[in-house]
Amino acid sequence: MSNIIDLKLFELVEKIKKKEISSTEVTKAFIDRSQKSKKLNSYITENFENALQKAKQFDEKPDFNKKLPGIPLAVKDLFCTKNIRTTAGSKILENFIPTYESTVTQNILNEGGIIIGKLNCDEFAMGSSNETSFFGNVQNPISENLVPGGSSGGSSSALAAKLTPATIGTDTGGSIRQPASFTGTVGLKPTYGSCSRYGIVAFASSLDQAGPMTQNVKDCALMLEVISSYDNKDSTSVDFKRGQYLKDINENIKGKKIGIPKQYRVDGMAKEIEELWKKGMKIIEDNGGEIIEINLPNTNYALPTYYIVAPAEASSNLARYDGVKYGFRSKGENLIDMYEKTRSEGFGDEVKRRIMIGTYVLSSGYYDAYYLKAQKVRRLIKNDFDEAYKKVDAILTPSTPSSAFKIGEKTNDPVSMYLNDIFTVPINLAGLPAISIPAGHDKSGYPLGLQVIGKAFDEQNILNIAYSIEKNINFKNNINDWWIN
Amino acid sequence: MDKLSKENKEYLIKRNTNEYEVVIGLEVHAQVLSESKLFSTSPTKFGSEPNTQVSLVDAAFPGMLPVINEFCIKQAIKTGIGLNAKINKKSIFDRKNYFYADLPQGYQISQYKNPIVGEGTVTLDLPNGEKKIGIERLHLEQDAGKSIHDIDPNNTLVDLNRSGVALMEIVSKPDLRSLDEVNSYIKKLRSIMRYLGTCDGNMQEGSLRADVNVSVRKKGSKELGTRCEIKNVNSIKFMQMAIDYEANRQVDVLEEGGSIDQETRLFDTKKNETRSMRSKEDAHDYRYFPDPDLLPLELDENFINDIKKNIPELPDEKKKRFIEKFKLSPYEANILVSDIDTSKYFEEVSKNSDVKLATNWITGELFALLNEKNLEITESPISSKNLSKLINLIKKGTISGKIAKTIFELMSDGDKDPEKIVEEKGLKQQSDPKELEKIIDKIISENPKNVELYKSGKDKLFGFFVGQVMKSSGGKANPQLVNEILKKKLN
Repeated sequence: MSNIIDLKLFELVEKIKKKEISSTEVTKAFIDRSQKSKKLNSYITENFENALQKAKQFDEKPDFNKKLPGIPLAVKDLFCTKNIRTTAGSKILENFIPTYESTVTQNILNEGGIIIGKLNCDEFAMGSSNETSFFGNVQNPISENLVPGGSSGGSSSALAAKLTPATIGTDTGGSIRQPASFTGTVGLKPTYGSCSRYGIVAFASSLDQAGPMTQNVKDCALMLEVISSYDNKDSTSVDFKRGQYLKDINENIKGKKIGIPKQYRVDGMAKEIEELWKKGMKIIEDNGGEIIEINLPNTNYALPTYYIVAPAEASSNLARYDGVKYGFRSKGENLIDMYEKTRSEGFGDEVKRRIMIGTYVLSSGYYDAYYLKAQKVRRLIKNDFDEAYKKVDAILTPSTPSSAFKIGEKTNDPVSMYLNDIFTVPINLAGLPAISIPAGHDKSGYPLGLQVIGKAFDEQNILNIAYSIEKNINFKNNINDWWIN
Repeated sequence: MDKLSKENKEYLIKRNTNEYEVVIGLEVHAQVLSESKLFSTSPTKFGSEPNTQVSLVDAAFPGMLPVINEFCIKQAIKTGIGLNAKINKKSIFDRKNYFYADLPQGYQISQYKNPIVGEGTVTLDLPNGEKKIGIERLHLEQDAGKSIHDIDPNNTLVDLNRSGVALMEIVSKPDLRSLDEVNSYIKKLRSIMRYLGTCDGNMQEGSLRADVNVSVRKKGSKELGTRCEIKNVNSIKFMQMAIDYEANRQVDVLEEGGSIDQETRLFDTKKNETRSMRSKEDAHDYRYFPDPDLLPLELDENFINDIKKNIPELPDEKKKRFIEKFKLSPYEANILVSDIDTSKYFEEVSKNSDVKLATNWITGELFALLNEKNLEITESPISSKNLSKLINLIKKGTISGKIAKTIFELMSDGDKDPEKIVEEKGLKQQSDPKELEKIIDKIISENPKNVELYKSGKDKLFGFFVGQVMKSSGGKANPQLVNEILKKKLN
């Protein structure tokens, strides 16, 4: 039998169902590897002992009707998990232990999943390299001192290093797709309203969406089936009929019309990204799909729009971390002094920067010029997609404008860091689903991803297109376990 | 403005040769009568132990999300209908951002530019007629928690029981001109909401509070003066005191050649004065923006119509009906309809007895009794059923009005049945002419001197004979019959 950690999620599920392996064996295997991989700093909180107990309990009383029967999973530390510390990568929640479970993780538990730990992320999911985490940088298993992307950097790192068979992240402007692209893995941001936001530490409420991060497209379909649900505890949750994404996965894309937005050919785009994109188009054509050039004229405004809307919402969402009710509290002379010290000491620089930007754009006298205008542009961006979808079934773009960069390379230049999200941000603004799949390597051998963007609630379609590309592209991650002695 | 209002006594402040008119607008915060909070399922019961009615949503734990309580929406719509106001089919919940220890989210969810209810009117019943007061809007918002500064000497304690409770903020136009109008306006609002069951109007428990906007201008001036807002005043008396102080303060400033600064002020109930809290320049920038956790609230025409169909008869309609159907005076009708429980009591009594007598007995004897014992009409020691029995006994002539008062007193001790009292105490009115004649004959024969004097022209002595007859009958003699027989016998 091949090594447990090398099995795909759906293979593990099959083998457990066939009683070829036990939940305990699987759980142990991933925990063992996680323990050997501390150098990656993927975890913030380990839940190993508890997870092993749960695995034992599963084996004693197995339920093979579950979609994740006794499967161990580590999750991004933005999901509140009952009795397991939840930090959002911040000092201000360093010792916060929720008494409640997020809907998404509850869905995982309901399907037999076992939480083995909480994965590192940028503080409050604000970052593109996991370097803003209070709990330190995360290593990309691809190469030493390479960022794993962000904000779901602990998730992408742990997934690529096989510390967890699959994971979940959250994506506000690319935080699932960009780290997936940087680590040669698959990441899906579902349609806004598909996965409940209940119990997810909020960054920007109108953009935040949880989604699966997996080794391959079939695993992604399986995870999406588990976590996507209508939830009356989230007023923005949408009650639509969820698909049987794994069962219905289909590589046949004959006749599909795939749009190529010319505005995504940004100035100075690396040649290898251009080639990767062409490779994707060729696969689609070779498999009977049709490539159609489309126009998304407001693409240029997406990034500035995002960097007004997201910080505005964040500045308000993070007001609750004030030292009064829970979390870190600093001593102060009076209430205002306590607020100032608590928030100055409790938040990191990037979070503070975004709170200040957000506060500014909502201020009286500036609201109309920034926030209101950004909301109008957001509408135009969405209209662009609506218009495009009259002609095409899905859209193909690169996931990121470059491959993973070195730790520390962009920390002093926030704007160049923000530019990382240029291909992913418009999708969040429009509330659409998009998947990033590994499709090639740059000259350093670092992975590069392609993004398939779908119509709202059309996840099955982009999973199918991604599945077809995956089958034809023969991507292989070159990971040599450099961090294990 | 109604024509009649001009006849109302004007509230003017005189200084030197100038007369100033006072312009008042109210922002009333009315707690929505509901089992649970505006965006969570926590209970709203008043007076519970601190922090026992607090959910994770109310305490703003990470990842917690608001979900609109449909019942509170219905209550706001009902109230809007009661205020003859436009119900907005689309309204938006916004975040009002500010930091305070008893505001767990760091923002209050409120409605800013798009409230659920738009313009309406409230009709005041003033001594000399009616006056219409414009309503600017009604919006829904969350209440904050409570900071308690006087339990622990070193710390402020926070009670989040109120945090997230639904409030309706009802904003009037600056149409009020006197302390009496303010009194009448608050009472009318309270009355309407109690009829609708949308707010209990309990001011002691803080269910009804107001921010008061006051400005003054020279009589006859068309332009509004600069206003000051007096925050969070929780009784009508304090509102009146605060307005009176503030209006006089403003007049003094103007008379000394100064100008009014637009500012927020606090009313100190102990010193009976308003004090500056913050100037316009220091005003908070609340950074309002639509709450991204809540979609715009869109109401279906049918949803609104269903609520409209179930609106009960409101005080204005009831008053009209009482005047038309029962021939009550507007004054009497006002008294009976202003409180829903009083109107219910009245209707129960009058359904089974004489309307005129019911009106007199309720507004006279019963109100006096309730006042004396400091009781609400719902706590009345005499039930509507027994009061209507008493009235029927009077109407049928079984007892006299005077005896009825004695019986009324006896009834108040344990809601006794007046018919039984009459029987037990033998208080039935003596209306048999033969029996009365016997008594009268006796009195006449016992007082020959007075008979002579009466006959010689001393008419006043008639009352003496009546009194003697009543006394002799133990007060039970039917006074009308006594009069008739006496007249016959003496003339």
